[in-house]
Amino acid sequence: MKLVILDDYSQVSEWAAKYVRRRIIDFNPGPNRYFTLGLPTGSTPLGMYKKLIEFHKQNLISFRYVKTFNMDEYVGLAQDHLESYHSFMWNNFFKHIDINPENAHILDGNAANLETECVSFEKKIKDAGGIELFIGGIGPDGHIAFNEPGSSLVSRTRVKTLAQDTIIANARFFGGDVSKVPTEALTVGVGTVMDANEVMILITGAHKAFALHKAIEDGINHMWTVSAFQQHPRTIFICDEDATLELKVKTVKYFKSLMHVHNKLKDDPQ
Amino acid sequence: MFSNAEGKLFQYRNCRILKDHKIYTEDLWVRDGKIVNPEKIFFEEKILADYQIDCKNKILAPGFIETQINGAFGVDFSQEETIVNGGIGKVCKGLLEQGITSFCPTVITSPSLAYKKILPLIKKTKGSKDGAGIIGVHVEGPFISKEKKGAHKEELIQTFDNGFKDVIDMYGDLSNIAIITLAPELHNSQQVIKECVDRGIIVSLGHSMANLTRGEEAIWNGASYVTHLFNAMLPFHHRDPHLVGLLTSNKLPPDTQIYYGIIADGIHTHPAALRIAQRINPKGLVLVTDAIQAMGLPEGKYKFGCQQIEIKDNRATVAGTNTLCGSIVSMDRCVRQLAKSTECGHVLALETASLHPAKVLKISNSKGTLDFDTDADFILLSEDLHVQATFIAGELVWQRSGDVISVISRTD
Repeated sequence: MKLVILDDYSQVSEWAAKYVRRRIIDFNPGPNRYFTLGLPTGSTPLGMYKKLIEFHKQNLISFRYVKTFNMDEYVGLAQDHLESYHSFMWNNFFKHIDINPENAHILDGNAANLETECVSFEKKIKDAGGIELFIGGIGPDGHIAFNEPGSSLVSRTRVKTLAQDTIIANARFFGGDVSKVPTEALTVGVGTVMDANEVMILITGAHKAFALHKAIEDGINHMWTVSAFQQHPRTIFICDEDATLELKVKTVKYFKSLMHVHNKLKDDPQ
Repeated sequence: MFSNAEGKLFQYRNCRILKDHKIYTEDLWVRDGKIVNPEKIFFEEKILADYQIDCKNKILAPGFIETQINGAFGVDFSQEETIVNGGIGKVCKGLLEQGITSFCPTVITSPSLAYKKILPLIKKTKGSKDGAGIIGVHVEGPFISKEKKGAHKEELIQTFDNGFKDVIDMYGDLSNIAIITLAPELHNSQQVIKECVDRGIIVSLGHSMANLTRGEEAIWNGASYVTHLFNAMLPFHHRDPHLVGLLTSNKLPPDTQIYYGIIADGIHTHPAALRIAQRINPKGLVLVTDAIQAMGLPEGKYKFGCQQIEIKDNRATVAGTNTLCGSIVSMDRCVRQLAKSTECGHVLALETASLHPAKVLKISNSKGTLDFDTDADFILLSEDLHVQATFIAGELVWQRSGDVISVISRTD
């Protein structure tokens, strides 16, 4: 596991965007070789998307040969509802870049048969050759995608009922009205993310500090689903100083001493 | 430069669009003459634009809609002889460079026979590369006040003593009429207003001696517009503000937005008066040019309706008098004048010539905005609000020079 500790949110965003760019460039995608990216929504990755858009506008990166798979989507929320993850991805990322719409995959929370939709999503990932880099954020309770505490750590894409905390937290996006928040979502499973070649988790803010501690310093526990990635051979956590508040000094010092090594991973190839 | 072929998807990029009362950087997507929702297309149809067009960071706003224009380029909508033989088309085409994509040709007080000849000639038409669309005729008179006749001929002014029957007898077929300007103090006017509104005709109050109470009564009966505010009506008085008082009346039906036309040419309305109107009722302000046939013509004497008018020093007056008889200003200039005089900002200045007139005409679900599924009638403007290009139904119908936009890519 790698842990990259940066000063603040904007540095986390830039570092993550540079890392994604570097990974895509190194992969050297083309018409017969697509780079597959797993993508999150939410406030944490917003800054990274903004940076990636900037890079795209400066012609530093193209998404022409990139396929994307989003982690989750609400059930029963209109696709063009401003809070749907379709709208989020369109407004905050897709409309600004050169991705081919055929290559952008998001679970359909309005599908007639939700189970079939989940199975077919897994198949699409498999047909694309699996996910090369899965990017995620986590909730304060350590959930990854909508894999709420208690989710199976080998779960696959499925319908999931949201935890009350998540519903309350998301009410701010629905006019503060808890009753308007969808109660179910389609989400990739922890196992689905585990299958990716690499997992990159962004964690910022003091309110996520305990979750980061649980993710990397405590044991694997389905009550903190993000902890499952302790068993992934290639995981990179990118956090800001605030998110390290619950970590041991020893942990922080160790990873900070590795920064000069980690920084090479996101910089332009020589 | 590019075809407007059926089914093709156009993405206008690098522009600042006026939408939801804001100007912000956003692409505009157009297909089959309508503004479309690119998000839906992305996720449902999963296709890319056939053409991407670089707007070079210009403002992209809804096309202007003009509700009061008597004529232009030597054509007078009140003179049959000038509108036959392509006269209407000449105006339609000429207005494109002002950013006007739809308008209401206005016929001033005329004899009954003239209406019966002229009205059938001015058909409702869709805009195209041949010119701006015609929403319907604005009949300004003859049911107006003799005391406030302005440039209208007194002997042609009428009353409707027999109610709506007189209206039909006067105009003949009403189907080409979009707006009627009448004086609400005339006997039977309230009944006539109701009848007009029932038939889908917009009733505008003007050329009138009415007090505020009479004006409010007219609004309750369905009138919704005021013709060239301040002009041809009694002036604001603090004990009876007359029709001007409608802008602040609290005795109108709940949730009523009154609209008022205003000529912002710097002559018909003093900038201070313009500011008063804009400050107290910005959402109701509708720019009109009230332009006459001399717009676009050199100084001199011309026949206007049945009268002689004179153009001198950017003013149009009844020959030999100081009575103003319409303006010779262009719509885009009114927009700039309003922005400058009131410092109201680009958004409001542009909306007073697009969204607001569309609301007057009750067509804002298809024109006057850049909302999805509305007509792709739009204009490109420079930062100082000079029109650079005009599009109707997604087609480029006029451009100032060849380099206003450029096609940056095409997916074959």
